[in-house]
Amino acid sequence: MNTGRKEIQRLSALALSLALLAGCGQGGSPAASSGGPASGSGASSGQGETYTIGVIQYMEHPAMDQCYEGFVQALKDNGYDNVVYDLQNGQGDTTNLSTIADRFVSRKVDMVLAIATDAAQAIAGKTTEIPILATAVTSYTVAGLVDSDEAPGGNLTGTSDMNPVAAQIQLIADLVPGVQTIGLAYNSSEDNSVLQIKLAKEAIEAMGLAWTEVTITNSSEAQQAMLSLVSKCDAVYIPTDNTMASAMATVGGVTTEAKIPTVCGADTMVLEGGLATMGINYYELGYQTGLMAIQVMQGADPGQMPIQYAQNSDAVTINGEIAEEIGYVVPEQYASCVVYPES
Amino acid sequence: MENIILGAMALGLLWSVTTLGIYITYRVLDVADLTLEGAIVLGASVAAVILQQGGSPLLATAAAMGAGALAGLVTALLHVALKIPALLAGILSMIALYSINIRVMLGSSNLSLLRVRTILSPLMDAGCSKNQAALVAGGACTVTVVVGLYWFLHTELGCALRATGRSPQMARAQGINTDRSKVLGFVLGNALVGLSGGLIAQYQGFADVQMGSGSIVIALASLIIGEVIFSRGRSMWLGLTAMALGAVTYRMIIALVLEAGMPATDLKLFTAITVAAALYLPTAKEGLCQALMEEKKEEKRYAGHQSSVKALGRRHSG
Repeated sequence: MNTGRKEIQRLSALALSLALLAGCGQGGSPAASSGGPASGSGASSGQGETYTIGVIQYMEHPAMDQCYEGFVQALKDNGYDNVVYDLQNGQGDTTNLSTIADRFVSRKVDMVLAIATDAAQAIAGKTTEIPILATAVTSYTVAGLVDSDEAPGGNLTGTSDMNPVAAQIQLIADLVPGVQTIGLAYNSSEDNSVLQIKLAKEAIEAMGLAWTEVTITNSSEAQQAMLSLVSKCDAVYIPTDNTMASAMATVGGVTTEAKIPTVCGADTMVLEGGLATMGINYYELGYQTGLMAIQVMQGADPGQMPIQYAQNSDAVTINGEIAEEIGYVVPEQYASCVVYPES
Repeated sequence: MENIILGAMALGLLWSVTTLGIYITYRVLDVADLTLEGAIVLGASVAAVILQQGGSPLLATAAAMGAGALAGLVTALLHVALKIPALLAGILSMIALYSINIRVMLGSSNLSLLRVRTILSPLMDAGCSKNQAALVAGGACTVTVVVGLYWFLHTELGCALRATGRSPQMARAQGINTDRSKVLGFVLGNALVGLSGGLIAQYQGFADVQMGSGSIVIALASLIIGEVIFSRGRSMWLGLTAMALGAVTYRMIIALVLEAGMPATDLKLFTAITVAAALYLPTAKEGLCQALMEEKKEEKRYAGHQSSVKALGRRHSG
């Protein structure tokens, strides 16, 4: 009897404290917001009315953060100043994504921006009504997010971060004349990487060159894998692989010491230790997604908007610092592409 | 607000099956079994691949459970037959399962279940929302598992399992084959983990090879939250139910931290702080009760003193 009563007291104390916690939260404002009345001509909602966009991001990652920044800038540049962003990050835990998706559905946000495949899948499973813009997803059809790239069909559309693999392999041949063997490094458990590596091997073989590869499953294995790779090749190619991207500093350390030029899938990776890339700028990709979001805000049906690919993928970026460290002389025609990482 | 609470409860119930699985290995059998991180993904991958090939959801869910059991069997054999310490045996299975899971998913690291019928579909056809359906399915599953485990742990076999965990020497002295009990414990625990993984994948709409990372921590947190807040070594009914409540509480805490609008990058920090606060609560309450009781005693003593003084006074005057 006494035990039972104690139990109830204990439970009610817990409930009370949780309720208090929730209560405190009500006053808190969403993480990022840019309030103020609409200033531009493009804003569809009236003065003082705000448009809420829930942002669901899989994990902290430079490329994903840039997608978000580009998206926000696109809306700002077009006069959408009265948009409130509810930025939520799953911190790498897929189960958290489910709860974040519930938050957006119960708050009835006006639109969701999903950054990365898992995030897009988590929110797509929860709502068929709220328009969803996704980015940093490589293949929408493989991820089961759309009927087809041309006609998504549901409430979701977005931009793909599929990078121009063949063009990047060509870049290696252009930058390193006389290259014979190209080393490939990636995480074999990332679907997107496996797909890119398949394309890379085809491109390499088509040029009559040879390839060798190493795979890792988490960033702590990068050092060892790269050490073994650089002894077997003249140049390294790394696709847009999340694990390799996180380990770029380590990777750069090894390739620089071995004086091996490294071409990466994304410019964020180049700035962290690679030599060059031709490819996707995630900020621009986010910006492009933002422009698609504006179309949806103006009444377009996401189900009829084809998936877009990065528009400006011919931009070459060369890391000047790394070039100097490995004693690489940048060819004349690429002189304008050299950038130095901000330290 | 209701939806996020409902979602958290549904997730909690689906995770509670994992928590009950780790209860079998960690509490009943008294070994730390890290197979869980791989087994939960194995369950998810097996279910996902069967569903994608057009298999029935019930078959997929049962197969997820079977696959989990198999993973447990491998760990158990590594431990019992090869004499590898249990902790390492679990780690080895976990590492191996990473590659196996990718193979199970036919070479892919992520399988989508957004476009196939799952075990939740019949309930959703009947007009439930996805979260309601998951709540019903998760609730039914949890109740079945709790009742089933209660029954099993009181059978002769179950008692042998408990005895093996308590004191292997004593159990052997009673004629129990402790190796067999250990195998049974690993298989049973991981079968539940596999089942849970299969259900979680069907609920969240995809299986991902990364979805297991950190799951052992979550399961242990749920287990301890359950024990500290809801039961403290009392009856087995309470102990088993506490596992489910612990898992739900953990998910609730995450939902509330999210609702509170903390900066996105601080989610895990505030989750940890809230869990710590929740765990301190019972201790704090006991401390408070004790302080109050002492105060009362003090008052009584003081009152007693007063009356005796009065009595003395009366005697003197009388």
